[in-house]
Amino acid sequence: MSTSDSSQVHVSQARVIEATRLDSLVKALRKSGYTTIGPKARDGAVVLEKFSSADELPLGLVDDQQPGAYRLSKAKKPAYFDFTHGAQTWKRYLFPPKEKLWTAQKTAAGFEVQAEVDAPKYAFIGVRACELAAIQIQDKVFVDGEHTATGYKARRDKALIVALNCRRAGGTCFCTSMDTGPKVKDGFDLALTELTTKDSHTFLVEAGSERGEKILARLDGRLATGDDLKAAKKAVNKAAKSMGRDMPKDAAKVLADNLESPRWQEIAKRCLDCANCTMVCPTCFCNTTTDTTSLDGQTSERWRQWDSCFTLDFSYIHGGAIRRDGAQRYRQWMSHKLSTWHDQFGVSGCVGCGRCITWCPVGIDITAEVRAMAPKTK
Amino acid sequence: MVKVEGLDKLMAEHPFFQGMDEASRKTLSGCARNERFDDGDYIAHEGKAAERFYFIRSGTVALEFHMQGQDGLIIETLHDGDVFGWSWMVPPYEWAYDIRAVGLTRVISLEATCLRKKLKKDNALGFELYSRFVPVMAKRLYSARQQLTDMYGKS
Amino acid sequence: MSTQPKPDPMTPVPFTIVRRRQELKDTFTVELTPASANRFAFQPGQFNMLYAFGVGEVPISISGDPGNPEKLVHTVRNVGAVTDALSKLKKGAEIGVRGPFGSPWPIVEAEGNDVVIVAGGIGLAPLRPAIEHVLANRSKYGRFVILYGARSPADVLYMKQLQNWRGRLDTYVDVTVDHAGRDWAGNVGVVTRLIGRANFDTHHVKVFICGPELMMRFTIKELSDQGVSKDDIYVSMERNMKCAIGHCGHCQFGGHFICKDGPVFPYARIESLMQVRGM
Repeated sequence: MSTSDSSQVHVSQARVIEATRLDSLVKALRKSGYTTIGPKARDGAVVLEKFSSADELPLGLVDDQQPGAYRLSKAKKPAYFDFTHGAQTWKRYLFPPKEKLWTAQKTAAGFEVQAEVDAPKYAFIGVRACELAAIQIQDKVFVDGEHTATGYKARRDKALIVALNCRRAGGTCFCTSMDTGPKVKDGFDLALTELTTKDSHTFLVEAGSERGEKILARLDGRLATGDDLKAAKKAVNKAAKSMGRDMPKDAAKVLADNLESPRWQEIAKRCLDCANCTMVCPTCFCNTTTDTTSLDGQTSERWRQWDSCFTLDFSYIHGGAIRRDGAQRYRQWMSHKLSTWHDQFGVSGCVGCGRCITWCPVGIDITAEVRAMAPKTK
Repeated sequence: MVKVEGLDKLMAEHPFFQGMDEASRKTLSGCARNERFDDGDYIAHEGKAAERFYFIRSGTVALEFHMQGQDGLIIETLHDGDVFGWSWMVPPYEWAYDIRAVGLTRVISLEATCLRKKLKKDNALGFELYSRFVPVMAKRLYSARQQLTDMYGKS
Repeated sequence: MSTQPKPDPMTPVPFTIVRRRQELKDTFTVELTPASANRFAFQPGQFNMLYAFGVGEVPISISGDPGNPEKLVHTVRNVGAVTDALSKLKKGAEIGVRGPFGSPWPIVEAEGNDVVIVAGGIGLAPLRPAIEHVLANRSKYGRFVILYGARSPADVLYMKQLQNWRGRLDTYVDVTVDHAGRDWAGNVGVVTRLIGRANFDTHHVKVFICGPELMMRFTIKELSDQGVSKDDIYVSMERNMKCAIGHCGHCQFGGHFICKDGPVFPYARIESLMQVRGM
């Protein structure tokens, strides 16, 4: 990738570091006070967790993802990032599953409320283009609207993003048809592209911000050559060309026009209402507020926690749930994700990562369902 | 006492008869009389013979179910331009509710036996009457069903 | 738009109850005073999230006079744990307030038109601020009609005020109940029946409807049958609400967030959604 195109402000040259020196990046970030979060292999899957050294990364693992199936196995060529992603997403750090919003204390007059913000300084290592797009989508939800989610914004402003350009498409990926990848566009501090040849293993490292520049300068890499850039481009194009599915371009309209399609009932026969899709989706943001009170009744806390539109009481108002039927709940999720999200935030809610397809126990494929709903769509 | 010609004019003014041809209306006015009820007067009692068909010119009537040991339960009030008392059309020709005037009320009423005789002789007249009446009943049934939903109740 | 400085939108501010009155068996009104600032500006149709310490929050429409922002008034119906906790609070106790949120009744667009208010049950509470505004600016509007339906005479909200409004020579007020005993000299029947008898220009009117969704549906049908355009009908919708700031997803109705795109909607905008089951 040439540094002169795209929306980058910074014009520093890309650099190449040895894969064995990846740890210097981790150390440099930790030295600057970042809590480094990255992929690790645990319990047969890739998870996103705190780590302190590059040798904790899942070197040499590759994943096989299919509708309703996920397997990690040893790769033929040992690379750090040839798996694509696991069930977890970066939203568990920026928008944690449980977050305390405030504590209220009883007083003589009534009560007092003290807001709380937990905002660690995170550095995310290995953020795929689809995941970065998802973070930018959640920014639209939590930061760019009339109201800002205080905790999210605090964590987001501090977070440093080391993106990763995929050179392999996962079994359920379709980022190209969602125009979110496999190459990262903007919004990153650093971007890595892993390069392997018969006798070399390196990373092309590009800066996308001033913060990223500073870190890049501390790594001992050589300047990238035209060949390095060509190799990186080739690797990423390989990923782009090997997507196994695509989302029809008119998905938003198809869903808007088919709110009462019998296909919803057909999907509901398979859907278990397990809510996996909403938990693994990097853009799903539904949450609920709960109040807990101390035993002596003097202190109460307001917590925000993840919720899912698949639960029966999600839409409950006096009298009962509005979406009483599995088909109605599935329609809510899918038509929100692919259709009304456009009306709300100006973009699709889907980034084409394919997690909902992989982690659905019955393998429901939203790209196939859109097609089924409008059979004439190409 | 209003003359028959005067009654025909009163009927012509009532919304129910809008658009009805003069001949039919004049025929029906032969069964008509102008009536007035004072506040609290009972026009009908549940179960009694339904011998008249009523068109409210001005005033209000309350349809009530009588309750043992309690005040009657009003389920609907009808006003100027409304029609009530169609039990004369349906055997056994008995009133379904108590009907009580609320405030001074003036009505035109048509006598049932007279009406039934005229309708038997002239089917076209029957059509004129029933085709006006069915939409009224449909609207009332719809309103009654809305009331049934008890939509303000605690759900 | 609020005139207050923007506090954290998820942190409730304690307000003190300065007055409390029982309106009906299960409905009460509290008058709150802001602890810090001395006025709470809002637009008719907006709502606050009210917090009962240790129990939780509920969205409640503001039902006071928008021209009198020193008082923050809420009429609450006791239907669950939080409203029950609020109902037990006495004068001097504190309630947490977040808001105001939501879209208002289009009282400015309605200028130069007849205004018809159709309220059902507790739905009169979110409409009262619009009524107060029209009455305070009476000459800007044409005919003013207030139609109200309740379950029974014991469930008629703001009875005294309805009588006061009715007493005005420039306002038409009609009230009905679903059933009544003899001591009720008023109308009995569904609220839609009152529409045909009210006098207003169907071509130059704005109608504001608030009440149970079923009642709003019946009312819209009757208005449409009478020739009122869908663009001139406004309804106040309700859905499950948690954050009230468009961040939690609960209140979505199709693609609309009731908390910020609503609760007031022109019917034309949501007509198709209202006809879809389980939307």
